[in-house]
Parts: sequence; structure tokens; C-alpha cells
Amino acid sequence: MASLHIDKHEKRWITISMVLLAAFAVLIGVAGFALGVQVPTLDQKIDPAKLDQDPEWSNPGVREIVPGKKYEVFIIAQTWQFTPREIVVPAGAKVTFYVTSRDIQHGFKVLDTDLNVQVIPGYVGKLSYTFKKPGEYKFICTEYCGLGHAAMFGVIKVVPPEEYGQ
Amino acid sequence: MQNEYTLTRAEKRFIGWHLFVAISALAIGSFYGPMQAFNYAGWNFYPLLRKLYIARSYYQGLTLHGVLNAVVWTTFFILGFLTFNMIYGLKRPLKYPKLNAFGFWMMVVGVLLAAYYILANKASVLYTFYPPMQAPWPFYLGLVLLVVGSWIEGYGFYFTLHQWKKDNPGVRTPFIAFASVATMVLWQLATLGVAIEALFMLLPWSAGLVKGIDIQLARTFFWWFGHPLVYFWLLPAYLSWYGYLPRQAGGKLFSDTMARLAFWLFILLSVPVGFHHQFVDPGVAPGWKYIHALLTLSVVIPSLMTLFTVVASLEYAGRQRGGKGLMGWLTALPWDDPIVASQLLGGILFIFGGFGGIVNASYNTNLILHNTAWVPGHFHLTVSTAVTLTFMGISFWLVPYITGRELCCRKVALWMVYLWFIGMSIFSQAMHSLGLLGAPRRTPLGEAPYIPPEWSGLLLRVGIGGIFLLIAVYMYIWIMVHTAFFAKKAEKEVEIQVAEAMTDVQAVPEWLDAWKPWLVGAVALLIVAYTPVLIDLISGMVPVAAPAMKLW
Repeated sequence: MASLHIDKHEKRWITISMVLLAAFAVLIGVAGFALGVQVPTLDQKIDPAKLDQDPEWSNPGVREIVPGKKYEVFIIAQTWQFTPREIVVPAGAKVTFYVTSRDIQHGFKVLDTDLNVQVIPGYVGKLSYTFKKPGEYKFICTEYCGLGHAAMFGVIKVVPPEEYGQ
Repeated sequence: MQNEYTLTRAEKRFIGWHLFVAISALAIGSFYGPMQAFNYAGWNFYPLLRKLYIARSYYQGLTLHGVLNAVVWTTFFILGFLTFNMIYGLKRPLKYPKLNAFGFWMMVVGVLLAAYYILANKASVLYTFYPPMQAPWPFYLGLVLLVVGSWIEGYGFYFTLHQWKKDNPGVRTPFIAFASVATMVLWQLATLGVAIEALFMLLPWSAGLVKGIDIQLARTFFWWFGHPLVYFWLLPAYLSWYGYLPRQAGGKLFSDTMARLAFWLFILLSVPVGFHHQFVDPGVAPGWKYIHALLTLSVVIPSLMTLFTVVASLEYAGRQRGGKGLMGWLTALPWDDPIVASQLLGGILFIFGGFGGIVNASYNTNLILHNTAWVPGHFHLTVSTAVTLTFMGISFWLVPYITGRELCCRKVALWMVYLWFIGMSIFSQAMHSLGLLGAPRRTPLGEAPYIPPEWSGLLLRVGIGGIFLLIAVYMYIWIMVHTAFFAKKAEKEVEIQVAEAMTDVQAVPEWLDAWKPWLVGAVALLIVAYTPVLIDLISGMVPVAAPAMKLW
């Protein structure tokens, strides 16, 4: 049986590739599981036709959990708008977003952050972020959802903690 | 030099039909790409296109562009090219030519059916057709016919190879035939996902037999198919880079063994990777996303092996041509031959496509770019440059071979190839940058109210890239029409330049010419990578109905 013949330069090249691959794997693992750069997770499944009957979802928006520290934001995407379109949170607080769709697939991406979730009817995506700097952050629909898709967006207003609630 | 084997007129015609459908699709579909780029730049032609009944909306045009270019142009070109490689590589006719013809015409019927609904603006659902957006059921049936037809052509290849192996015991399968069958095997594994989605979810649901389907599950079946799809596009280009380019450039294939090993690794590793398209999907657990990220990254190994072997073959060719010193071999290559230049330029941009691919596959950086303009920026370097330029280079010899005419206007062909390279460089660089800033993909950015003024320079560059590409693609169509129907009859048959390997082909180890262990491995890996998530999704389905109104 003929054995595998690999040129010595190519052997070296493949070794380098493998080291590179191992380095990527470790770095991604560290970023994802140690430094907390996390992908969105599932909060719960919910029938999109029954959102209005759900106590949590019949009135989407901001909930204050610990003043100045912890907030929850419920957002419903539907053709071709987000509810609510405007969200106000204080800088420096941990904000957890719960996002779902009333009808078809949408996207939810907050510019200048790594907040990004595929909005899937029937599924509630959960993702968190701490806005350090006050300012306006636009969130946009990143999934094709019909003729009005390009106009579907909203704004998160991040205000200094002392101004929040005034 | 005389060719060692000649295809019959009927075989040439059969391949020619594939190329005819492919290039026709490219001719129509490519019109809409630059229209999108122009919209970005603020030159909005859609009101005019609407009046002329050329496109009812940006999204109808986008659906046509995606389906015709990414699905029809690629699939038909690939099957035509692979059919040639099977027959010429094995030096025998297909075992059941009628079976292959049946597969081909089934694909054509499928395409016509789907195309009707898209052209009638009844299925502007883009080429990912994500539910619960819903097209009429015959649209999905058309897609099923396209896929099943391609399987049948693949089965025709398997039967042919099987017979050849019986007649040639112990002989290594010629590389170009091996690579053809390997591509179809990969396609078979990949398309199982989309076939399940279409047959068991989309068809019954769009026909009204079931009220709702689970959207996360549908996406999961789609992306089981959606990523290996890109390897189905790439492997025939690799076939040309390994199997023809070394000789076309004036040299030999550096290592036949490593070429085969790379193909096996692609079969093994490129299918169980779909979750890297679903990193931000809520319904897939993070651990599984991480596992698919690692599997996706492991495709780096056969990719870098390919880079090594192809570059080593080219260096040898360059030195044979008198190139000296560290880089002299590179400039000595025939950059003025459109067949070679198209593949070299495609390969250069593909390096950047590879870098971007690693960024996409990374569990954490993907958060920044998912569903942004970065993604089309990326795949216009891969499928639309590396693959498409290579296919164009192939057509510069394959179409003359089939029609018996000379390649018309070599100079135009050469210009076209460089224009494509420049246009795609400008376009793609701007798209990547826009994506990093957060610009969404599949969106008429020229009309989006949230675009900050700082993006206008990049949007303009997308449009400028589009001008180059619009000119280049119709130069290509013009060359093809002339070469197929009007150019001078050639005095002798085009020489088929299959690359010779530097080492003895019989020295390839037996296990690199054995199908069973690799296929068992690939299926096992696929089962391990998908079963737990599929069980989880199927056991907790949330049926969702189609929206009540038409959305496009």
C-alpha cells in the first residue's frame, strides 16, 4: 500500500495552519465564554398571535428592575415597525433586551454596539448590553420583511444617570 | 497536440445546453445587481424599471439577482462542466445518458416554474425564501425539481464512475473525474437539508395542508444547505485550479495526492457548519453554535492546503517560463491570457474572501456583521469573483470546444476579466466597510431614512463598482454569444489542457480513492452536529401562519 507523501514545505505549511486554527478556537472560546461576548439566547417560546394576551408582551417597553443599575426592554417587531420606537435608558446600567416578532422574520441590530438578533416569530431572543456613553443609538431591521423594510428603525436614547426619569 | 479523447456531438450539445441556461440566467440576473448598487449611490432607476415592467420593486430585482446568479448560473454551469470532466476524465460516455438528460430537463422545468412566479412578482421572497413569508406552492415545487434534477445528474455520474472502477481495478480515478463526483456527493449531503425544508414544511404549508410551521426549524434546515452550497460552487473552481490551471499556465500539478485529500476534507467538514449562519438565532443553544464555529474554522485546513498546492504549481509554471528570483515566477505567468488571468485574479480576491470568511465564522465577531452589507461584500469575493471569474475562464475554452468556433475577441475577453476584478474590488471593499458601520444587507440604502451622511462616500463607491461590473458582465455575454453562434469556425478541436501531476498518480494512497470511509465519516459528523438541536426544535415546535397580506 502506497503511503501518503507530503512535501516537507507543505508539511510545515499545514502545521502552521493547524496552529492558527487552534489559536482561533481558543481565542473565540475565551471571548465567548470568559469575557462574556455572548450570542443571543432563547428566553422563551410564545405564539405570536397571542402576544396581546400575555401580561409581559401586551405592553412592551422599558421595565426598571434596579434603578440606575438594571433594566429590561421588551420589543415587538412587526411589518414595518418596532414597538416601542423610542427607548430611554440610563448610561452605565445593564440593559437586557427581549425581542420577538408578531408576524414574520425581522432583524434587530443596534448600531455602534454588538447587539444583534434574528427576530423569529414564536421565539423570544434575549441579549444584554451596558451603554457606557450617553447618546442616541439607532436600532434597525436587518432582515428583509417586505416593501417597507428600509424604513423600519427606532432609537435608544441613552441619558446620563442623573437625568434619567426627569 | 491531439486530444486523447473526443466527445460526441450529442455529448457536446448536452453540455452546451447546460451552459446556455447558465449564461442566459447570468445575462438576466446580472442586470439587477448593478441596479441595487446604483440605488445605494443615490441613482435610483427603480421608478423607471417599474414603468418599463422590468422590476416592480427593489426586492423583486434582488430575488431575480439572487436566484438567477447564485442558483441557476452556478448550478447549470457546474453540471455542464462536471459532465465534461466525467466523460473526458474517464474517457468513456456516461453510463446512462438518458438518465442525465432526464435530470437536466427536470432542472429546466423547475427553473421555469420558479422563474414564472418571480417574474410575475408573486414570489419576491429572495433566494433564501424565509418563512413565514409565503410564495405560491408551485414556486417551492420548482425549487424541489431543480434540486432533485441535479441529484439525478449526480446519480448518473456515480453509475458511470462505478462502471469505470469495475473495468479498471486498482487504477486511481483520474483527478478531474474524482473531483466531479466528490462535488456531487457534497451537493447531495448539503441539499438534503433544503429538500426536507421544502418537502415537509414549505410545500404542505403553502398548499394550505397545514396551518403553520416552526420558523426556527425551517431556518435550521435551510442553513444545513446554505453553507455547503458555497462549497458546491467552489469545488468546481478548485477542480479547474488543480486540474487545468497548472498546465494552462505552463506547468504541472504540484501534488495530486494533496488535491484529493483537500477534496475529501471538504466533503467531511463543509456540511456540519450551518449554525455559523445562525449565531444570532434565539432557538439554537450557544454551545452548539460554538461547536459549529469550530467545525467551520476547520475548513481553513483544506482551504490553506489548496492555496499551497495551487501556488506551488503556479510557481513551477512561472519558473518553467523563465521567471527568476523570489517573485519573478509570478510576473512570468501569462497574465495576458484571459483563461489564465481570470483564474489568477479570481484567486487573488479569494484570499480576501477567505479572511472575511474566518471573521464570519467566528462566534463573537459575527455579532457585528450578521445581516449587514459585509455579508454580500464577502460573497461577492467568493462566488461572484473567485467562482464566477474561474467559470468565465473555463467558458473561454469550453464553449469553443463545444461549438467548434474560435474564441471571439480575445482582447475584449482580457479587458473584461480585469474590469471585473477592479469593479469587484471597489464594490466589495465598500460593502465590507458599510457592514462594519452597521448598514443592513438586502436593503435599498438609497431610501433608508436612518443612513447617516458620513456613509455617502462608501455608498458612492458601491455604485462605481456597479458601473464596472455592469459593463464587464455584458462584455462577457457579448463574447459568449459571438463565440457560440457567429465566430470563425476553428480549424481543429480546442486542445484540452488537463494538468499532469508532478508525481506518479498511482502513488496516491488507496484510501484517498476509496469512498466508503469518507462518506461514513461525513454522514456521522452530520448526524452528531445536527441531531440534538433538531430533536430539541422538533419536540417544541411553535407553528406560525403566513401573513394575511402580500408584503411586496
